[in-house]
Amino acid sequence: MANGYQNVQEDVMAKAVKEGAIAGIIAFLMFLVFVGIETYQDINNQLVWRTRWGLLAVFVIVAAVGRFLTVGFIKPHLDKRKLAKAKTGILEVSEEKSFFHKHFLKIALVFLLCYPFLAMMIFGRQGSLKYVDNFGIQILIYVMLAWGLNIVVGLAGLLDLGYVAFYAVGAYSYALLSAHFGFSFWLLLPMAGILAALWGIILGFPVLRLRGDYLAIVTLAFGEIIRLVLINWTDVTRGTFGISGIAKATFFGIWSFDTGTANNFAKVWGLPASSVYYKMFLFYIILALCMLTAYVTIRLRRMPIGRAWEALREDEIACRSLGINTVATKLTAFATGAMFGGFAGSFFAARQGFVSPESFVFLESAVILAIVVLGGMGSLTGIAIAAVVMVGGTELLREMEFLKHVFGPDFTPELYRMLLFGLAMIIVMLFKPRGFVGTREPTAFLRTRKAVSGSFTKEGHG
Amino acid sequence: MAGEPLLKVQGVETYYGNICALSGVDVDVHKGEIVSLIGANGAGKSTLMMTICGSPQARTGQVIFDGEDITKLPTHLIARKRIAQSPEGRRIFPRMTVLENLQMGANLDNLKFFKEDVEKVFAMFPRLKERQSQRGGTLSGGEQQMLSIGRALMARPKLLLLDEPSLGLAPLIVRGIFEAIKKLNKEEGLTVFLVEQNAFAALKLSDRAYVMVNGKVTMSGSGKELLANPEVRAAYLEGGRH
Repeated sequence: MANGYQNVQEDVMAKAVKEGAIAGIIAFLMFLVFVGIETYQDINNQLVWRTRWGLLAVFVIVAAVGRFLTVGFIKPHLDKRKLAKAKTGILEVSEEKSFFHKHFLKIALVFLLCYPFLAMMIFGRQGSLKYVDNFGIQILIYVMLAWGLNIVVGLAGLLDLGYVAFYAVGAYSYALLSAHFGFSFWLLLPMAGILAALWGIILGFPVLRLRGDYLAIVTLAFGEIIRLVLINWTDVTRGTFGISGIAKATFFGIWSFDTGTANNFAKVWGLPASSVYYKMFLFYIILALCMLTAYVTIRLRRMPIGRAWEALREDEIACRSLGINTVATKLTAFATGAMFGGFAGSFFAARQGFVSPESFVFLESAVILAIVVLGGMGSLTGIAIAAVVMVGGTELLREMEFLKHVFGPDFTPELYRMLLFGLAMIIVMLFKPRGFVGTREPTAFLRTRKAVSGSFTKEGHG
Repeated sequence: MAGEPLLKVQGVETYYGNICALSGVDVDVHKGEIVSLIGANGAGKSTLMMTICGSPQARTGQVIFDGEDITKLPTHLIARKRIAQSPEGRRIFPRMTVLENLQMGANLDNLKFFKEDVEKVFAMFPRLKERQSQRGGTLSGGEQQMLSIGRALMARPKLLLLDEPSLGLAPLIVRGIFEAIKKLNKEEGLTVFLVEQNAFAALKLSDRAYVMVNGKVTMSGSGKELLANPEVRAAYLEGGRH
């Protein structure tokens, strides 16, 4: 018995070495031309080439060792765990959940409420700026956008590739109305939402008859049209120069965050002057907006309109024969999703103080959609986790100075953020094909609620 | 069968593009009846069913329900007149639970009767009660059919349209479903219009029946008459008693 076990292990090792070597050879062949040889222009403006054997070696070794470890150690370990689990015969559904699991949302909310103060305590007043602004606010904007898009894509099942258009409408509504009429943030926030919702309906009308791929193409075009209008309608939008000097949000008019005004927040409270108060204020605004989005989504799902959205995603014909007005249902989905995009847009304008068409390119739509898909369509928690991982990961890349020591001083980590996206996509889709949270919380109960495991449904559905 | 019929289909012609699917169909369904429509594949049975529901709409002719012309109404408004349909291929919502599916069938603006009606459906199909929190897509074919009928019943329909409830099901399950339909008709006085391939079972169940060939109604009569009719026997019943 022991002998046989040793044999099996030797077999695994031999296989691991073999596969590692093959992976190394494949990596060598693949990257030989792309990485091993680099072209550049010399002083005479001539294109010449040089070799980068060191970098090529790093690529090959990473591939070979990675494969060796996967086959030799990680896979047997995972198999063993799976076997052990199967032997105990406990379904994952019935597993007792830990305290952390059960109260995850409450813990997360408390953490978010304390987050700016924690950051200030740990990193000091100026040091916390980065954590509140770059990590906190940036991530929460994407959480809100993804939750808004989730209503259109995740619930109603209408694939929208031009969501950033509504974000742009919200941002420009805020910028223009504030510049020309001097309205305050708190007035413009709902107005931007309403305007974006209106545009959602305008987009909704021509695409009512479309579904799936066709809808995706038209919404993609819509996103581009809005961006091109913003670029070319220079009289109003100032084109690619963008609009700068947008008014800051105020604390309901009581305190202002502009330096030099009499009711400046820091002055009133006798605090040292710093921009961190404004960032913290913005952090709580976007947190409140996110909570609003989540609350509305959760409430709507339990209401006839939300249930109609979900039914529409599943079967349009059945919906109609059950008396659901599919036209109104689709339009409300577009309008509601767009409205939250508009809120996020006006917040974005107030935060940046500057908007230009460059912030509203197709890539943004793609990132938001990727967050929704990765998070598991329809699941608010999953989407929030995906946003933290994707946006937070992108921001973290900026911090990784040590990578410069590995890859040379020319290496700019943030250029590789799309690589991170791709990698995360592949990993998630391999191991969790339905997204981080693939389960759908039912909304109708007679007595007790029961989770429906994702393992009961086919992959790639919905 | 005195008085106006509940559903009156008059000279209806329906086209798919240029292709004529129904050419002048007349069908009457009276209150409290079970009426079935039998015919071969492609005869236009399901098209008639869908035309009653308004998708596609009839190009000429009239569909009158409860004294009201519903020919040109959009589908969802027809459904709100309490014409419930269990469509061909069941068309349940696969990712939603059984209970949510039933909820979708209930009158969305008025959930007052929801619990009562759910209990009624569960009493009729106890299997659904066992599986109430399971996703629709994970049910077996027979259970899905029960769910489809149950969902239609949740709207408290005046007229129930059933399109091939026996499709792809084992004979025992078909019998169960047909018994349930009969019981509904007897106890609640529910009017049922049934499209079936399974002619023998359908004719035995129905008060009256129509035979459809190439988009036209060629024969009609009571279920018993048609069962005894040699032509019908030759075309639809021989070579396979179900």
